[in-house]
Amino acid sequence: MKRTYQDQLHVEGRLWMIGALLLFLSAPIILSIGTGVWPTFAHFIPGFIATAIIFWPVTTIEVFTFSPMLGVGSTYLAFVTGNLTSLKVPAALNAQDALGVEKGTDEGDVIATLAVASSSIITTLIIFVGALLIIPLTPLLESPALKPAFDNIIPALFGALGIVYISKRIKIAIVPLVIMMIFFPFVPGSGGLVGIMVPVGVVISILVARILYKKGMIS
Amino acid sequence: MAFLNSWWVYSLMSIIFLYVLTQSVYALLKAKKRAIELGFSKEQINQTISSSMVFSLAPSVAILIGLVALTKIFGSMIAGWRLATLGAVTYELPAAINVINGVFGRQIGDTLTTEMVITAVWVMTLGCLPPLIIIPFFFKKMSLGMKKMREKDQTWNQIMMDALFIGMISAFAGYILAPKTPEGEDPYISVLGLIVFATSAVLIMVLGYLMKKYKWEWLKNYALPVSMIVSMALAIVYAGLGVR
Repeated sequence: MKRTYQDQLHVEGRLWMIGALLLFLSAPIILSIGTGVWPTFAHFIPGFIATAIIFWPVTTIEVFTFSPMLGVGSTYLAFVTGNLTSLKVPAALNAQDALGVEKGTDEGDVIATLAVASSSIITTLIIFVGALLIIPLTPLLESPALKPAFDNIIPALFGALGIVYISKRIKIAIVPLVIMMIFFPFVPGSGGLVGIMVPVGVVISILVARILYKKGMIS
Repeated sequence: MAFLNSWWVYSLMSIIFLYVLTQSVYALLKAKKRAIELGFSKEQINQTISSSMVFSLAPSVAILIGLVALTKIFGSMIAGWRLATLGAVTYELPAAINVINGVFGRQIGDTLTTEMVITAVWVMTLGCLPPLIIIPFFFKKMSLGMKKMREKDQTWNQIMMDALFIGMISAFAGYILAPKTPEGEDPYISVLGLIVFATSAVLIMVLGYLMKKYKWEWLKNYALPVSMIVSMALAIVYAGLGVR
């Protein structure tokens, strides 16, 4: 029986992802073999627990939050290359909106994949070249003159992206926006919690959308 | 810690970079072919590719700042691997600090031993694995469920997709108001961040107006990257005027 395009994406995506998993796991093993140094149980376990207790739930929730946004083709790639919120998801969103394709359709998926793949190529190349040229680049990257620009990449990205979506769906946006605008300024250390607050925001906005949809207030 | 700059570490990390690049190029070519089958024009496809690349320039350069920080612990190639795959600097740096500071009681920038670096690499690698396990084994089932839901109610599907993005955007809009705490200073809310946010929002509205008025269809793909890059450049100007 001939596989559908979607089935093919899943089969190939799984192979690429399992390949990536094995490759990423082999890196610390080879580093330990090469140096002859293995982490001791006493040092590894506390560090691992402190990290995994936060990042295992966060990265698990990310799968359920971002994969519907990305679609089948780009999910398998975006979760290998990372940098989802500042790069892959906005790139997919921008490309879909520019062409006016519906998200969650075959057309939306393929455009998202084009965007995520293009974004991944550029990011990987820039990081690779940056790693090779780190010594001459460091003074430039640490330059106080450029610091305000790099410190404000999130406001610069989400200002433009936000106004488009908020104005498009203002009724849905009000409640999650108000909650986030109360939470972040008043909760100590909230700056480190954005990874956790993204799925919280998503759950709130979906609940609000569902209520408004059922009441016939949005269409 | 000469091993961080040894030929074999460079080779190992280069293989990882090559793998990720190959996967990206493969996905791009396959999607390009599929897009043509679905009726997209070559011009639409090429514009999508080029605008996504332009959009990715500024955030990618910003990742290099995280690279500088991580290079102080891991050398540039291991740091590059960590930032080009799986997570982001917002994960990698806290994970490294959990080991270097939390376990060994040292600071980034101190002289570190090979054991400290190797332990940190192990923790960082295993600390963000769930997506690489969940997606290959459960994503197909999940996406089939999503597909069924879409087929059941197309209108709700579109609303839900918008709601997903609005949830993410709300969290980041709130995050801009999170107090910053520079070492030795009182916490403050960044007025600069708020002004940059507003600038970027105004810029994309102006570009949208120009697109409509002059029928500049080509600008559609570039409105987001242009708004983002110009407002980042203006952040330098605002900071020069004393806004922080």
